[in-house]
Amino acid sequence: MASTPKNKLGIRGWVCGGRYVVERYAYIIHRISGIGILVYFILHIFVTGSRLGGPEKWHSTMSFFETPLFKFGEYLVFAAFAFHALNGLRLFFNELGFLIGKPARPVFPYKTSIHHQRPWLIVLMILAALFIVVGGLDFYILGE
Amino acid sequence: MENSKQTKETVNNVIFEVLRYNPETDKKPRLEEYTVKVTKGMTVLDGLNWIKENLDNTLAWRSSCRMGVCGSCAMFINGRARLACNNQIMHINTKKLVIKPLPNFAIIRDLVPDFEDFFEKHRTIKPFLIRKKAEELDNPGNEFFQSPEELANYIQFAYCIKCGICLAACPTCATDDRFTGPMALTQGWRYVSDSRDEGAEEREQELFSRHGVWRCHFAGACSDACPKGVDPAMAIQLLKRDMFFKQYEKRKKSPARRETEESKEWKPNPDIPKPPDPTV
Repeated sequence: MASTPKNKLGIRGWVCGGRYVVERYAYIIHRISGIGILVYFILHIFVTGSRLGGPEKWHSTMSFFETPLFKFGEYLVFAAFAFHALNGLRLFFNELGFLIGKPARPVFPYKTSIHHQRPWLIVLMILAALFIVVGGLDFYILGE
Repeated sequence: MENSKQTKETVNNVIFEVLRYNPETDKKPRLEEYTVKVTKGMTVLDGLNWIKENLDNTLAWRSSCRMGVCGSCAMFINGRARLACNNQIMHINTKKLVIKPLPNFAIIRDLVPDFEDFFEKHRTIKPFLIRKKAEELDNPGNEFFQSPEELANYIQFAYCIKCGICLAACPTCATDDRFTGPMALTQGWRYVSDSRDEGAEEREQELFSRHGVWRCHFAGACSDACPKGVDPAMAIQLLKRDMFFKQYEKRKKSPARRETEESKEWKPNPDIPKPPDPTV
């Protein structure tokens, strides 16, 4: 007799757990961008720490990172920050019970807290997209 | 008569791809296909009943009321956790239905999920009215008055049918076995926000544990999937707000804080000698 399958979705369930609202995808992008920023922060400490080795060490480290790949990585960190900060602002208010409406007797078609906060998500995501586009222009065209 | 003939007509043949698992014979779950003659108005549950009556009587699932009230027939149908009895096959609008048991629950057999842990978590939040004087509940002196406004605070959350769909949709439940879960947390808030209840402190340990309310990150899938419009995501956020502001008030009033504030007031140090009297 086989043991009972646990049927847990695991980390796969964060991304492909089913077809639900867009906020579920905002949740996973928020998580991934948060981890990305944390990894960048740790790397950043090591990179700036190289200055302790003197100017030569600093210049050699910086020249190592002046490749198109790392520049793109830096842009990704900026994009992650823009998304994480603006989505985090929405979550800050939502998780303290604001902008999600009030409890009411459920009447079909149901209007839930998700529908109440949706306009804020749309506005903040448009802002994040704007920041990411303008940031891209600055990184690759205006800043050159 | 003609109308009833029309509704009985086969409109479409739909393939039901159903997850099968028998713990006595199977090493792991497998998918099996059945072709079902679908008529207008037929629900997924009707389709499963048709398979059991006509094609395979060994297929197992849980169901009871057939009208979205008991919460027994929750399944994972075409990428969404939903009730088999209140979803019509033709509304799903597909030629193939993939039906699996609810994810994040162990499989007992075929489409039957194991709800033991789910109900155990429900028990831990004490889903009943708690009064400081326990005897009041058995021998009430008078009515527990409640205004319509006070009722409106929790009635939405009292519509929960314990179908488990919210847990199947929740990304936190996908990775955290010990997470209290949207259903139990919602029921926690249902009682904490009830004006007749005095058991908020008794429930604190479970609701605000390390795997309690703060593990919810507002993905919102529970509220989207809930077949009764209970909105667990709202209940959980309101629970967080209540806890946050209660703790804030508590800390503001605590004697330890008052002491610190008092110590901040300036007092002359007796060890420092006073300056001499001014000469001019």
